[in-house]
Amino acid sequence: MSIDLSQFFEVFFEESFEGLDIMESELLELQPGEPDNETINTIFRAAHSIKGGSGTFGFNSVADFTHVVETLLDQIRDGQRQLTQQYIDLLLQSVDCLRDILSALRAEEEPDTEQAQLLKAEFNLILAADASQIIDATPSEPNLGGNLSIGWVISFKPGLDILKTGNEPLYLLQELAELGELTVNIDISDVPALTDIEPEDCYFKWTLTLVSDCSKAQISEIFEWIEDECEINIHGLSQSTNVENDNSFSGQEIPVSKSAIESSMRASNASAQQLNNFEPVASDAEINIQHEIKAPTSNQKKSAKQTESGSIRVGIEKVDSLINMVGELVITQAMLTQLSEGELDNNKLLSLQAGLAQLAHNTRDLQESVMRIRMLPIGSIFSRFPRLVRDTSKKLDKKIELKLTGEQTELDKTLMEKISDPLVHLVRNAMDHGLESPAERLAAGKNETGQITLNAYHQGGNIVIEIVDDGRGLNTKRIREKAISNGLIAETDDLTDDQINLLIFEPGFSTAEQVSDLSGRGVGMDVVRRNIQALNGSVELASKPAEGSTVIIRLPLTLAILDGQLLSVGSHIYIIPLINIIESLQVKTNAISRVGGELDVLKLRDEYIPIIRLSDVFSHQGSSDNLEDGLLVVVENDNEKVGLFVDELLSQQQVVIKSLEANYFKVDGISGATILGDGTVSLILDIAGIVKLAGLNKSNTVFANQTGSLESATV
Amino acid sequence: MNLESLNAQLTDSQDLIDNADVAQYLTFLMDGEEYGIDILKVQEIRGWQSTTPIPNSPSYVKGVINLRGTIVPLLDLRQKFNLPKVDYSAVTVVIVLAIEQDGVDKIIGIVVDAVSDVYGVERSHIKYSPSLDENLNRQYIVGLAEVNAKTLIILNLNQLL
Repeated sequence: MSIDLSQFFEVFFEESFEGLDIMESELLELQPGEPDNETINTIFRAAHSIKGGSGTFGFNSVADFTHVVETLLDQIRDGQRQLTQQYIDLLLQSVDCLRDILSALRAEEEPDTEQAQLLKAEFNLILAADASQIIDATPSEPNLGGNLSIGWVISFKPGLDILKTGNEPLYLLQELAELGELTVNIDISDVPALTDIEPEDCYFKWTLTLVSDCSKAQISEIFEWIEDECEINIHGLSQSTNVENDNSFSGQEIPVSKSAIESSMRASNASAQQLNNFEPVASDAEINIQHEIKAPTSNQKKSAKQTESGSIRVGIEKVDSLINMVGELVITQAMLTQLSEGELDNNKLLSLQAGLAQLAHNTRDLQESVMRIRMLPIGSIFSRFPRLVRDTSKKLDKKIELKLTGEQTELDKTLMEKISDPLVHLVRNAMDHGLESPAERLAAGKNETGQITLNAYHQGGNIVIEIVDDGRGLNTKRIREKAISNGLIAETDDLTDDQINLLIFEPGFSTAEQVSDLSGRGVGMDVVRRNIQALNGSVELASKPAEGSTVIIRLPLTLAILDGQLLSVGSHIYIIPLINIIESLQVKTNAISRVGGELDVLKLRDEYIPIIRLSDVFSHQGSSDNLEDGLLVVVENDNEKVGLFVDELLSQQQVVIKSLEANYFKVDGISGATILGDGTVSLILDIAGIVKLAGLNKSNTVFANQTGSLESATV
Repeated sequence: MNLESLNAQLTDSQDLIDNADVAQYLTFLMDGEEYGIDILKVQEIRGWQSTTPIPNSPSYVKGVINLRGTIVPLLDLRQKFNLPKVDYSAVTVVIVLAIEQDGVDKIIGIVVDAVSDVYGVERSHIKYSPSLDENLNRQYIVGLAEVNAKTLIILNLNQLL
């Protein structure tokens, strides 16, 4: 009997990613030298379950790779080797690598195993060295500071016509092997189909691991002749061996012997020359491994599919409380049924009313609990930042301390997935542009270490996320200059500093060359704002020169609920998301001009705002065509303002968004539907769609140019 | 018209194991003709209720209703089939159907004059309608069947939207 394992894949992936997160956060806690046993154990357990799972489900590449990771961890755990910074870095790289492979597998794509191969080679090298260490390190015999053993990983890809130029890779490899112990991995993934093989071409790539104390120059020297005809990359392997009092590798069996190298070479040469179907004859394990590695498809940089995972892991206590509530609901229902039997007298009526009140209470509780199931603590996003800060601070050569608060704050799972990219962007910006270099900070009388704080909390029906840095703040003057030179604002415009700072969210500030120019935060801030607005959220910015900046993101607790303004057009009731509305006003005819005989334009302060009649775009009857009889709701969409002509504004309320597409189609100008208190359905307006319906596209007519210049005059 | 008993009957029929030879059809009346739809597609039967119109939609789309939290469009089958319009009354009935359109499961409601009965019809007894080629609506018609000396028009409403 065979069981279809694929039904468990999703659970496996979820658990594995969870395991990787644990590994990462624990690794970041580790200090070289004296590892905390509990931490190592936790990491080991996580790695072990990934290995077990991937073995069970047949993801052998993952299992093989995790195996070496686990072996190293095991030795650290048993005290057989000291924990060094090198190991921590290597393990962190492995976590990244595993994450990439698993993401690819989850998206049912061919994973890119090149990185895994390099890392694995590195692990093998360390582990091989380890064996000698364990054997030699008897208690009576302290480690003798032996030779410095440095290894190199060389990726070597000769050009196609290397053989035609009279060069023979085999000799190069043999020469390399003379420098030390050489492990050879051949990658035959580029070999074309038999019919396409050019016998005089060389299709192979090699990953070579050289254990030797030779210098990089010595290796380069070997490849010197063919430098121009090949791609070659030489990485240092184990700098740690300098730090560690390591033993020499003398007398150590390295997995691959020289003869194996030669046989692999012979096999590969033979296949190319004889136009044979390549099937390297060598029986060596190292080479066989290569067979398992399928050629990475030509498009290695495939973006991971944006699959929203279909399942959700819920804390058991949430489920328990749900079950309790359903229990109470059943009891209340039984009570009500009982009361409805027989004659209804006054007493019973009172009990009935009490029962109904209880029912209402139960229902509300139940609703809240069900909503909470979708809520996850924001800590799961925050937890990726220690790593980001660690890596970036190294790259930028800055000292940065990251503080996280409010990790327990919960928000909707869907929102969580969508907010993480903008957050990463903002944190990166704060590190890159916000914080000064240690020297600058000292000069400014600040602590050398810059601080970035991520904070989340609830406020009303919103979740607020703050990104605070104590850096140099925004350079308001230069932003202003930039904005003037970009034509965003006019020289004469009198704007407050806050207003000017907000300009960094304008698209005009988003091109790369302006970053260096401005030394401010510019890259893609407009994208950040757009993404957040797409989630019905908003961004604010506060900055003080020399003291730092704070970016404040406000998001609704869930995507399924929005603050809406109800309004009526004729007999129809529509809802506009409150966040779109700038103001509502009654107009006098003298403020209206009719452009080109069909488009009404309102002059509002310094702006001309096109007016859209909802009854026109939706082809139904409004109460009146006269603009003075109704109201204008000025809404903003993509920095473009339009006035919607409606009969009347009704109440404001939070509405639950329901899909119209689920059972019908996408309707232009409508983003969804909701159910009002009386059970009727009301449609939610999509401002961008309405602008499109009304034919007010930016590309449309002379009008576009006008708004363009008008906008720039008044932002 | 007792909707409750109809719905109860509906639930019973859906419990029946799908017999390969005999299919159960719920029939309804429209402009004097009796139409049948696969009972397994029928979710429930409701009375007419007022709808929220959808802007810029075809005239046979009467709008959407709130069906216990789901937004469900109601279609007037008379108008869709180009039959003469009638005013909705107390006996106007909405049949809620689970259809599959272009691979997507959707819930829609159709407005019909009245619900009639549930019949088991042997599949082999369904005959193709002679003039289907000229009939604009033939894409919705599976065929004709005779039950109790009456002719049923058997519909497939998957592509109705």
